[in-house]
Amino acid sequence: MIIFHFRFSEQGNPALFFISCFFISLSCWLYHRCACYQPEGLTLFCNSVEQKIYVELNNMVPCVRLLNATHQIGCQSSISGDVGVIHVLESEANLEWVLSTGPNPPYMVILESALFTRSIMMKLKNGTGRVAGAAVVVSKTNPAEGFSPHTKCPNENTGVYSESYDPTMAHCNVTVWNPLGNGLSYEEFDFPIFSLNDDNDTEAIRQCYLGYNLGVNGSTPEYPLCAMQLFSHMHAVTDTATCMRRNDINFSINPEMVCDPLGDYNVWGSTKPLNNTAKGHKEGESMVIAATRLDSRSFFWDVAPGAESAVSGFVTLLAAAHALHNVTQEAHPPRTILYTFFQGEAFDYIGSSRMVYEMDHKQFAIDLDNVHSVVEIGQVGLRSSSELWVHSDPVSRRNNSINVSSLIDTLKSAAMNLNVTMSVPSFSQPLPPSSFQRFLRARPIPGVVIADHQSAFSNRYYESIYDKAANLNLTYPANLTEDEQLEFVTETANALADLATVVARALYKQAGGADAQLINIKAEPKIVTQMLYGFLVRSNNTWFQALVPPEFKNFLKPTPPDYYVGVSQTPSHARTPTRLVQYLLANLTGTTINITKENCHSQKENEQDTESKHLYSYVWVQGVASPNSTERQGFCVRSSVRLSKAVSPAFDLLQEYSSKDYSTWTESRWKFIKARIFLVASHDLEMLTLGVGVGILLSSLLLTYIISSKADILFSSGREPANATY
Amino acid sequence: MTAAVFFGCTFIAFGPAIALFLFTIARDPLRVIFLIAGAFFWLVSLLLSSLVWFITVQISNRDSAAQQKGLLIFGVVLSVLLQEIFRFGYYKLLKKANEGLLALSQEETMPISIRQLAYVSGLGFGFMSGAFSVVNILADSVGPGTIGIHGDSQHYFLSSAFMTMAIILLHMFWGVVFFDACEKQRWWALAAVVLSHLLVSCLTFQNPEYVGSLVPTYVIMFLMGVWAFCCAGGSLRNLKLCLTCKDKDFLLANHRPR
Repeated sequence: MIIFHFRFSEQGNPALFFISCFFISLSCWLYHRCACYQPEGLTLFCNSVEQKIYVELNNMVPCVRLLNATHQIGCQSSISGDVGVIHVLESEANLEWVLSTGPNPPYMVILESALFTRSIMMKLKNGTGRVAGAAVVVSKTNPAEGFSPHTKCPNENTGVYSESYDPTMAHCNVTVWNPLGNGLSYEEFDFPIFSLNDDNDTEAIRQCYLGYNLGVNGSTPEYPLCAMQLFSHMHAVTDTATCMRRNDINFSINPEMVCDPLGDYNVWGSTKPLNNTAKGHKEGESMVIAATRLDSRSFFWDVAPGAESAVSGFVTLLAAAHALHNVTQEAHPPRTILYTFFQGEAFDYIGSSRMVYEMDHKQFAIDLDNVHSVVEIGQVGLRSSSELWVHSDPVSRRNNSINVSSLIDTLKSAAMNLNVTMSVPSFSQPLPPSSFQRFLRARPIPGVVIADHQSAFSNRYYESIYDKAANLNLTYPANLTEDEQLEFVTETANALADLATVVARALYKQAGGADAQLINIKAEPKIVTQMLYGFLVRSNNTWFQALVPPEFKNFLKPTPPDYYVGVSQTPSHARTPTRLVQYLLANLTGTTINITKENCHSQKENEQDTESKHLYSYVWVQGVASPNSTERQGFCVRSSVRLSKAVSPAFDLLQEYSSKDYSTWTESRWKFIKARIFLVASHDLEMLTLGVGVGILLSSLLLTYIISSKADILFSSGREPANATY
Repeated sequence: MTAAVFFGCTFIAFGPAIALFLFTIARDPLRVIFLIAGAFFWLVSLLLSSLVWFITVQISNRDSAAQQKGLLIFGVVLSVLLQEIFRFGYYKLLKKANEGLLALSQEETMPISIRQLAYVSGLGFGFMSGAFSVVNILADSVGPGTIGIHGDSQHYFLSSAFMTMAIILLHMFWGVVFFDACEKQRWWALAAVVLSHLLVSCLTFQNPEYVGSLVPTYVIMFLMGVWAFCCAGGSLRNLKLCLTCKDKDFLLANHRPR
């Protein structure tokens, strides 16, 4: 064996050298791997060097890249993360340090939320090379002057008002709906922008900045300096057509996806069960659609509180549906009321355009001929005084064959005797951005949009991180427990309950119901306040827990859900708000039936039943625990509530990735989102280290050469050859 | 820019070792084999000590700082003793292997002397222990950050690299002295090697007072170097001869036919 090795190595001398190098590096690598991927508990011992260098910031939310048919928006870092010396911006004038005078570019700019304005961000955007990224410190209080990173004219190009429909009203010519919109959400930044939501993180950054980056008495600061690294590298580029094409390139067995279409699920339910298996026209059916939207967005990825822009509307509709439940069971009006909750409306009407497309192409339970009229609930949480505005489309109103005015009259009369006034804005004003516009695009249908604003939005934080509970004045007295807060009826809840009553009565009348029944229709403020608490303060509350299936309970969090639409998934992975609304609507409009859990899961009422699933859907909910046990008493709820896909037809149906009619928004994929702070050493120290290293290497090479060449003399004691002889 | 730190530290830590390897070992395949075998023996000793460490950490009380500190000292002492035991085991193995080599080779003399083996195996030990003590640090030196956000000294990388260089060279010297002591059965010299090894390892508890650990380590290294030089057959006379370039006569006088 040894001989073999010997002979082999006599010829393969360099090979052995490489083998030994390989062995050493392999074992080093293995050691490093093993040391750093040990089971939890030992990590404390293994990564201590990294812990000495980096402070990981865990609660930062990035701005991510979204793409549509023509553009990419959002932010991204380079693939290895962007590093910059931290600079806390004090005022707009202070930008000069970042953009020209500061001696250590690039800078990572920390902005107070008051400085997160368009002018500053655009200056940073144009100052690239000196700007490595930005982090926005989210303040707890909402900016008094309002803030909306959305555009001034939301969903400008996919609503009904195009040049062909009515050129005078296209592009918000008549009314600018969101005058505070600065359009930041639709800009593209080639550096990462994160939001800092955690006080500990903010404090760590501030301490590091104060400790290292402020020069003594205003002199230039000396190394080491505090720096931050942000990772948010996005895989997709250019536009949706490009990234969808790249999704289809399969070089490997596991195709690498670069972007996914935005989308989720619409929730719909009806007062009378509809056969959902038979698609297309339903003979003799006439439907009044009560619509609202489910989603919101903000500049940052998954913080979309959407209190006013989404929650106020869908809570009202849920309360109205609940109010109508008993009456429609006893005296069902001639027409059926269809409740629809559209997802992805912030991104060019994903949900409504999908449903209208399906109605148009006989893929939905009803078609557009079945639609009698549409009542949409827009943003309704912020009405000053008691006035609400009924918006309608001037073009339909001019067309006498479309009976808009009777619909408005119905609403007005429903509001009588209640402390809500329905007013009509000037007749020349078009519809605000609304899902109903997608119905109008398909065909002239009578419809109205109820909102709390006459012209421009009263929401001063439209599609921003500030559109949260505080924006709806949702405040609870101090020293209430969670359960007491859940039950506490707030002013906002009372106002929305009144509105829900009006909407419910109007829907009933519009559906042809008898006036005598109207008095029995009344929305409960308690239900409304519980919903507001669950959707805006804390989704993990006892009421929601009782109404959801057992497998969903882990999705309930001590925070409100996030209303960003996200990327499309299977129904069982639908977004939390979608499923919450689905279960709430099922509980509020459905009936409890006494069947086994197995039958409930397999959508049948008894073993032989194969028909019910066409009409109803069944949900097993966990229920409440009886007072003296911890075991919950689950039950089965039968309702007509279903999910329908809310993915733009441009993707799975048409594959027209540069469509001008349908939403083409996709979200880029990324590997990881990470942020950390650390110190950077001065260039001089680094060069000194390298210099010393090279010096030691060279001098030891020289010294060893001399010693080994003179080893004979050095190590000879006359008896034996020395250790390094040749 | 932090690649500069990485290469700087690598050169400092491994520069002398690489130079020694290139000029004295790489040319002789037999030495390369013994170097790698030595490195392997060191690895096995580390494996054993880490096993013990793993077990003791599991059964110890994680919350007691004093106990953890005691555990660390115990681990260091155990690891040093294990390393020296494996050095002795390697010596025994080499003695056997050398006899085998002698039986197989056509030449009369041994293809590699026990002194050369001492040096080669010592360097093998050094390479491995150096790699293991510095590779984590080198991996993090690539950046972008440097040590110090929690108030630690900025010279962490530099001093780690110098410490590693000292450890590698010390292992080489210890190997020479150790084998020589075994040959001559001078047990006090063995004890001196083990004790100095213990001392150097325990000096690292001085960190982050890098001066406090580096300076004594380099003093010990220098002393061990001198001792090893003597053990390897060096003497002041030889050094003088070498420095004054009177080697010609010397060579003639002591020339051995090859």
